[in-house]
This record gives sequence, C-alpha cells and structure tokens, in this order.
Amino acid sequence: MSESQDFFDKPENIKRILHVVYGICALLVVLDFIVHRHTEHPLEGLYGFYPIYGFVGCVVLVLVAKLMRKVLMRDENYYQGDDAPVEEVDHAKH
Amino acid sequence: MLSIELPPFLIFYLGALLAAFCQGRIRAVVLFATIALSALNLWQLPQGFSITASLMGMELIPVQLDNLNLLFGYLFHIAALIGVVYSLHVQDRLQQSAAMLYAGSALGAVFAGDLLTLFLFWEMLAVSSVFLIWARGNERSYQAGMRYLIIQVISGLLLLAGIILHYQTSGSLAFSYIGLEGTAAWLIFIAFGIKCAFPGFHTWLTDAYPEATPSGTVFLSAFTTKVAVYAMARAFPGTELLVTIGAAMACFPIFYAVIENDLRRVLAYSLITQLGFMIVGIGIGTELAINGAVAHAFNDVIFKGLLFMSMGAVLYRTGRINGSELGGLYKSMPKTTLLCIVGAASISAFPLFSGFVSKSMIMSAALKEHYNITWLLLLFASAGVFHHAGIKIPYFAFFAHDSGIRCKEAPRNMLVAMSIAATLCIVIGCFPGLLYRHLPFATDYSAYDVTHILTQTQLLFFSALAFIWLNLKGLYPPELPSTNLDSDWLYRRPLARLWQGAWAACLKLDSLFRGASTRLGQAMLQRVASWQGPEGVFGGDIPIGAMVAWICGLLAAILLVHFV
Repeated sequence: MSESQDFFDKPENIKRILHVVYGICALLVVLDFIVHRHTEHPLEGLYGFYPIYGFVGCVVLVLVAKLMRKVLMRDENYYQGDDAPVEEVDHAKH
Repeated sequence: MLSIELPPFLIFYLGALLAAFCQGRIRAVVLFATIALSALNLWQLPQGFSITASLMGMELIPVQLDNLNLLFGYLFHIAALIGVVYSLHVQDRLQQSAAMLYAGSALGAVFAGDLLTLFLFWEMLAVSSVFLIWARGNERSYQAGMRYLIIQVISGLLLLAGIILHYQTSGSLAFSYIGLEGTAAWLIFIAFGIKCAFPGFHTWLTDAYPEATPSGTVFLSAFTTKVAVYAMARAFPGTELLVTIGAAMACFPIFYAVIENDLRRVLAYSLITQLGFMIVGIGIGTELAINGAVAHAFNDVIFKGLLFMSMGAVLYRTGRINGSELGGLYKSMPKTTLLCIVGAASISAFPLFSGFVSKSMIMSAALKEHYNITWLLLLFASAGVFHHAGIKIPYFAFFAHDSGIRCKEAPRNMLVAMSIAATLCIVIGCFPGLLYRHLPFATDYSAYDVTHILTQTQLLFFSALAFIWLNLKGLYPPELPSTNLDSDWLYRRPLARLWQGAWAACLKLDSLFRGASTRLGQAMLQRVASWQGPEGVFGGDIPIGAMVAWICGLLAAILLVHFV
C-alpha cells in the first residue's frame, strides 16, 4: 500500500510531534517562573497551577467518564426496539 | 437604497415562500438575495427603530432594536449565509424553505419588543426547525423530531402561561427585565431554560440535532439556543441561580462527550457546555459578563457551525459518523481536516482564535465578582472542551487508526462555507476589536495580555499532554458503538412504558365493556326471541274462534257495566 507512506503513518513522525509537544510543555512551565503574571485569585499565583489543573482535570475527566460507561452504557440499538428499524438514507438528497 | 423600513423577519419569510416555488439556480439566487436584502434592511434601520401596534387594548411592540439584540440580528444573517452556502447542493425544497423560515423566526424573536410577539416566533422556531430533522427521511429521525417538537411546544406553552400571568399582574406585555420573582416569572424562566438546554431539559438537543440532515444540523445549532440565551440575557440578567445552573451546564456534558461515539452528538454535548459559559455570564450580570456572554454566543455560532459542518461533510461523504467507524480521513479530506482543526482551536479558546477573546471575558468576570468555585469549574470545563471537541473530534475522524475509508473531498460549496466560518474564527481571534465594538456595553477589555495568553496556553497544552499520556498508557476509553443513557431515558423508557401500559389497560377495559354489553344484548335478544317464538307467550297461532269468544266476552262485559 503506497498510502502507508503518509506522514502520520510513520511512527517516527508521530514521535517527533510528541517530542515537540513535550518541549512546548516544558517551556511553558519554565515561563511560569520567568514571566510576571498579575493574578486575582490566590490559587492562580501558585507556580504551575494552570498546567497541573489542566493535566489532572483531564485525567480525572476521562477516568470518571470511563466509570460512567459502566453504569450508563447500553447497546447501540438500545432504543431501536421502541423506534422502527433505521433504513439507510439516500445521501445524495442531503 | 431601500427607502422602506421593514421588520427584520419579513424578508426571510417572503424568501422562504418564494424559495418553495422555484428550484436549482433560481432558488439559490432567491436564497442569497433574501439574505442580502434582509441584511441591507437591518443595516439601514435607524438606531432604536421600533414598530408599535395595538391589539384588543394591548400595547404591542412587534419590532424593537437596541444594543442587545442588534448583534444577534447580524449574527443570524451570517449564520444563514453560511448555512445556505453549505446546503447549496441540496435539492430539497422543503428543507431550504424551512431553513429560511427558521432563520426568519429567529430574527423575529430577538427583535420582539413584546412578549406576545416573542411567543409567536418562539413557536415558529420549533415548527419550522423540526422539518430540518425530519428531512433526514428515516424512522429514527422522525421519532427524534417528534420528541423534539413536543418538548419545544411545551416550552412555548409554559411561556404563554407565564405571559398571561405576567400580564395580569403587571399589566404590561413589554419584553424587558423580568427578574425571578413570582409564578409568572418562574414559568417564563423555565420556558427559556428548556430552550437554553438546562440540565435535565437538555436531551431534546442531544437527541435531535445529531439526527438531522448534515446541513440541517448546521442551521439548528445556530438559532434556537442563541435566541434562548438572548431572551435570558434580556429578562433575567444578574440572576444568581443562573451562575450555578450555567456552571453545571458547562461541566456535566463533557463527561458524556468523552464516551459518546456519534461525533455529531459529541458536538451537541459540547454545545451545551458553551451555552453553560454564556448562562454563567448572564447570571453574573455585570457589563463585562453580559458582553462576554453575547460575544461568546456570537463566536459559538461560528465555530460550532464550523465543527458541525466538518462532521456533516464527513457524514455526507462516508455515510458514517461514529468515531468507532472513522479514522484516517485526512488522506481523503485534507481541506476538511484543516478547517475542522481551525474550528477545534477556536472552541478550545487557543490564543489568536475566536473562542479565546470571548471565553476569557466570562472567566475574568467570574473572578472579578468572586465566584471562585464557578471559576474553577469553568476552568475545568475549558480543559474538558479542548479534550473532547478540540482533540477528540479531529483525532477520531481524521487521524487515529486508518479506517480504510477512501472518499472524495467535501463538495466545493461545503468547503466555501467552512472557509467563511474559519476565516471569521481567525479574524475575530486576531482582531477582537471588530467584535467588541458591537457588544451591548462599551468596553476597554483586552484578552491579549501576557497572563491570559500564558495561562490559557498552559492549560491547553497540559490537557493535550493528558490526552497523550492516557492514550500511551492505554487508559483512554476506546470509541465503542453504544448508547449512553441520559435524562431522555426517563421519557423514552419508564414513562413510555407507563404510557404504553396505561394505554393497554384502557384497551383491555374497553374490550371488557364491549364484551359485557355484547353479551347482555345477545341475552336480551334471545329472551325476546323466546317470547316471540312459536312457543312464546306472544308468539304462536291463536285460533279465530278463540278470538271471537274473547270479543263476545268483552262486549258482554261492556253491556253489563252499562246496565248496572
């Protein structure tokens, strides 16, 4: 498959992108110590508050959402019994 | 050019009527001319323009322009233009007429100066928009449209009840500040709240929007909820309760968005999150906060429209929209991918994109008024929005694992529509003054200071880092074909079952009564038959001799009575 030569198909390119992201993250934390920020809330003044809040917030979000799946997830056609079966649509019309 | 001053909704209504009677290129011309003329008309209306009327002794103001609604008026023209360009390839008279009627109703509602006019357009919004859902043409969309319509009409009826009570107590129908006091105000508040997608009342949105046609969803995402936000900003600014409700709206949908498989439904949940930001702004009620809410409504229509358009293009080309079935589409649809990423960056509020300049206004206002917990929740929501709308949408549709789907790039008109929206996202992000100038209150706010830029970038990049980390660790929940239960379960399962049960019981009772009465009737018939039959009392042959004997007896009796 010649298409497997696309940019995002090569693991080394993905790795490169990830390294750039890591680099930017490190830089942003360093900037926290250099740039003087004017703050309104005491939490804001803490070094690394925003990075930590963003990271932890997202991890908690995903883990809680995974737990929610255990309670809330049903089969794809859960409501289908109530509605009649879905016919495939004529996409040219839309 | 135009010397007459028309109410803003009128040209759209006429355009809708005209569009129903023509097709092809002519219809396209009609649609564009409608939007252009209507925009021109709105532009040349003098400041503070209003139309007054009187109906059975009630003073009505069908049209009233002011600082708050003018920006919404222009916004709806932009949204209509983008939507019409996006749906140019659609050959469906009903859909395109309904879309014009829908846009016109939104204009009518935001420029309504009295509550009765607001109610009329409030219901017109519901009735015209449902056709965009039904146009999908399958049973599922029909059912979803039905549920949508019922909830929208309930909202309208609550509004009407509230208006009648309000008129009785205050004697005025003017649509201005109401404030949350008394039954009438609560009824109106809940009516607005349903259309604002308050938690618990939000499922009409997440249920129906993803079932509409690709272009239908683009229109739907622009109008109904923004009219509701506008109405809330007009009638209930500074209502403390709204801050709490808004914070809840900003937070809970992101959990659903993370596990939802239908990518347009993910966007529907994220739409509620954005509405949450606006509602918080209205609840805080300061000039900065209201400005932020209005600016965010403006930006949301454009970037959310852009995201819905990109996912609509994917649905249109591949016939699929579930994250579990997509991936690797950047190879087939590179332009759509890029435009989608612009939308994703805007909704995530990256600096230089539109979301940044409006979201930070609301966040700043929350901090200034010491809503600290709300501020933390909004910050969490900001990170979460980036997570599901900023990363998940483009990632699972266009990258992730290659699904092997190869299709054509989106049609040119779709690309043009998306490009218009993307350009607006970047222009507003880079030159926020253009938007700030037209906000309800004069402002010297600047989103671009070092603190804002740095902290927002930190928040976003570390959210991205969390996504990467979770993915590498295999902790990220995979896209699964599934249905996630939400509050609509209540009326789709237990209430529906209850209704079905009650109906079945009614039918049973009915058949019981029918059976009993039929049996009774038959028994009576039998009895009568037995009386009248050959052996019956009234039946059988009576000989003539016996009759003569009886008559003789009778005559004798009469004679006897006579002579005695």
